[in-house]
Amino acid sequence: MGYGSAPDEPETGAGSDAPERYRPVSERAAAVRPSASTGEHAAPLVEALLRLADDRLVLGHRLSEWCGHAPILEEDIALANIALDLIGQASLLLEHAGQVEGRGRSADALAYFRDAVEFRNLLLAELPNGDFAVTIVRQFLWSAFAVPHLKQLSASADATLAGIAAKGHKEATYHLRHAADWVLKLGDGTVESHARAQRALDELWPYVHEMFRTDDVEAPLVAAGVTIDPSTLQLAWRESVASVCRAATLKVPGDGWKAQGGREGRHTEHLGHLLGEMQILARSHPGAEW
Amino acid sequence: MADDASNGAPAGGQWPLWEVFTQEQTGQPHEHAGSVHAVDAEQALQNARDVFGRRGKVVSVWVVPTEQITASTPGDAGPFFDPGSDKAYRHPQFYKAPRGVRIY
Repeated sequence: MGYGSAPDEPETGAGSDAPERYRPVSERAAAVRPSASTGEHAAPLVEALLRLADDRLVLGHRLSEWCGHAPILEEDIALANIALDLIGQASLLLEHAGQVEGRGRSADALAYFRDAVEFRNLLLAELPNGDFAVTIVRQFLWSAFAVPHLKQLSASADATLAGIAAKGHKEATYHLRHAADWVLKLGDGTVESHARAQRALDELWPYVHEMFRTDDVEAPLVAAGVTIDPSTLQLAWRESVASVCRAATLKVPGDGWKAQGGREGRHTEHLGHLLGEMQILARSHPGAEW
Repeated sequence: MADDASNGAPAGGQWPLWEVFTQEQTGQPHEHAGSVHAVDAEQALQNARDVFGRRGKVVSVWVVPTEQITASTPGDAGPFFDPGSDKAYRHPQFYKAPRGVRIY
């Protein structure tokens, strides 16, 4: 194509001439505020499904950033596999969320046309990858939560959620085994790898508490046996994490400052950058298929 | 600290090599699928799963340290294998199979 000729496709954006179903549901996306400041939220089941989905979508995207950069080829493939598992789970959960919501939003619409304040993921998931130790320790801390969480959710009164959770539980069990093995190797490895693993653990620890937070939004769902109260998982989680850390000669940090806000759409500065990269293609070419 | 140590790459060359054997169905033989690098058996098993088992159709996987395999050399090919090719009587083809016996 010669310089200065007309583009072969019109430039489009989500708010311009995009098909209706791809546009943000909010009248003005820029005016969407975190539910933390408005006190408003979607129907409880939609909120709960978005929380589950967004953890996986955002963490899966973070892991995918390692593609082509992992320490060895085999680990590169392993991280990409885990990323794909998580994005697959997210896709099923978002599709279900869209159906429950009943406003015609597909999984893609929810993934690509919500802004940061509409995301419900844990802050832990959106933190930058850091070095390999940070990525592995985060994956370990989160998987140690996801495995029992999905196991209990596989008995959910919501049959679709139960099915997604049962499938995810198998995947998460492997993710945990993989991450725990690496935690052992890094923690009980060289002086350098031990220092990096300990530093990762210390840096990430303030972000683990959000996994176990309970709020009023999910209370009716917990009562109905649809979702579970994550705080009930905390004790067993602490024990399993402590036992791996002990074997890895790592010291479990003490509880200090507890970061929170992701569940209400109040995120770190990192999420916007992540979404910018994740959403640019879909927003530039709404409705494109690939 | 700028290069190898910072990205976690194995220092001083490659990690040990392991041969991977996968089974696609219970009862079928484990067949050689390829090789992976790993520092120990558990990691070899995980890497084998991730590299060769990720597209399904695998029900079991073996990993064996490559250095534990004793292989014939190309030079052995003549003395080892040629003598068998002109001795038809080494093949069990002069028997009549009874009815009902499946012939492979």
